[in-house]
Amino acid sequence: MTIDRRDFLKIAATTALVSLPMLSKAASQAKGRVVVIGGGYAGATAAKYLRTWSNGGLDVTVVEPRSQFVSCPLSNLVLGGNRNINDLTFGYDLLKSNHGIHWVSDEVLAIDSATRLVKMKQGEIAYDRLVIAPGIDFMYEQLPMLQSSEAQLVVPHAWKAGAQTVNLRQQLESMKDGGVFVISIPKAPYRCPPGPYERVCQVAFYLKNQKPKAKIIVLDGNAEIISKKGLFTKVWAEMYAGIIDYRPNSTVVDVDVTAKIVKTEFESIKADVLNVIPPQRAGKIAQIAGVANVDKRWCEVDFLTYESKTVPNVHIIGDSVSAALPKSAHMATSQARVCANAIVALMSNQLPDSAPVFANTCYSYVSDKMAMHVANVYRYDPNKKIMVSAEGGGVSEKPSELEGNYAQAWAKNIWSDVLT
Amino acid sequence: MKIHLSLSLLTHKCLLAFVGFFVFSVSVFADENSIDNPHIQTLAASCAACHGSHGNSVGGTSVLAGLDASHFVLQMMSFRNGSRSSTVMHRHAKGLTVEEINDLAFYFAQQKRITALNPPSERLAE
Repeated sequence: MTIDRRDFLKIAATTALVSLPMLSKAASQAKGRVVVIGGGYAGATAAKYLRTWSNGGLDVTVVEPRSQFVSCPLSNLVLGGNRNINDLTFGYDLLKSNHGIHWVSDEVLAIDSATRLVKMKQGEIAYDRLVIAPGIDFMYEQLPMLQSSEAQLVVPHAWKAGAQTVNLRQQLESMKDGGVFVISIPKAPYRCPPGPYERVCQVAFYLKNQKPKAKIIVLDGNAEIISKKGLFTKVWAEMYAGIIDYRPNSTVVDVDVTAKIVKTEFESIKADVLNVIPPQRAGKIAQIAGVANVDKRWCEVDFLTYESKTVPNVHIIGDSVSAALPKSAHMATSQARVCANAIVALMSNQLPDSAPVFANTCYSYVSDKMAMHVANVYRYDPNKKIMVSAEGGGVSEKPSELEGNYAQAWAKNIWSDVLT
Repeated sequence: MKIHLSLSLLTHKCLLAFVGFFVFSVSVFADENSIDNPHIQTLAASCAACHGSHGNSVGGTSVLAGLDASHFVLQMMSFRNGSRSSTVMHRHAKGLTVEEINDLAFYFAQQKRITALNPPSERLAE
């Protein structure tokens, strides 16, 4: 059969009149209270979509002690001198007012899952279902000398965007030309797999332009670059030749904070600016709630609802989840939406989607303007009961300014979605 | 509904007919935020990272809200079979089923086109 566009439109119009089956509006019947702990990418998204998809039927309260949202994505660009931290800092006012979300600025101390009660410093709140989006926590028992806030002024992690990001940028600006920047990457899994390598690019971009005699030593606890390996290897060799000294299988076992000396099993290295990203586990609230059941580190969930495998009526989303999924911001929001949709269904006595599908797009900036992606669709596998990569996923052929523009559009749109 | 078809074999004209068949034979849901099709609701929301809430982009990417359904399907099929070049969209288009692409087309066609908001910028508190 051949058909031209005009015929197609005619057929389409006729067919539409005859057979378009319009379903009647079925408003959500969901009723009850959901408490969301954490106002990061995952928590803020869950709160918004719980309200949206329940048509306001669910009462939603977010517990978040911080008054500002500071984006980790794009925060490495602050280190390269290509963004200001204030470009990445937002208030929650529109999110709260547009969606009628209750907001409690308090710190969670305990969760009583038997009586469904969240206990905070200044009160308590009951829930029908609880969503925990606590992000990550650092395993300072492995590097106790870095636990104090004083030590972190000298050796920042800058792995939660904010004051430490600004501190690390200032240290780089104060470093002499010919100085050595040392970055330590923990063994996977950790938040944002390509993040440390993007950071190396950003610092290299700054040093190449401002301090050409300076060097970067990368101490990677992993056996190799764990994300976008071919791309980062090429960028380091071609754009930042002679600046980056990459050392795999190099786990930091000790740090002399005052002298800025790091020790691995093999060597001691003196840094002028030292950035140790400690090993990570599920955020503190997940530990408090008793849902971090995998190696006492990550949270096992049902991927249809994100409900904990150990504590009923408690859902976990974002970086704390134990999964073969990248711990990215887009992933956190994708999990949040599946979780919110499932909770609305469960609280309306309906079945949640039995085969969720979502996308993840993650950009890394290799300079001020150029970026590259890794992108995948993930699909629920009913036999394995986990999310698996669908066909077609992969990485950029090479970094480009076009993808730099799309990376900026990604940031603007995800901020709009999560925070308004 | 499962269709196995090599799209690379399709001519442009046949592709249009193919698109028409799907666009006007699948069910639609009437309310943009109802729970009628949770699978597509969450999948469509996953596009928000680049295309904004309910397809209302703040800029830099296509606005999907209110987009003609057959146009949406044609673009996704073109990303899928490589006849339209892209940076990341071919990855997403290949990961979806034809049925999902059609349902997404309807979902986005039904979304109201509004001016998307940017969140309030603040100076980082000390």
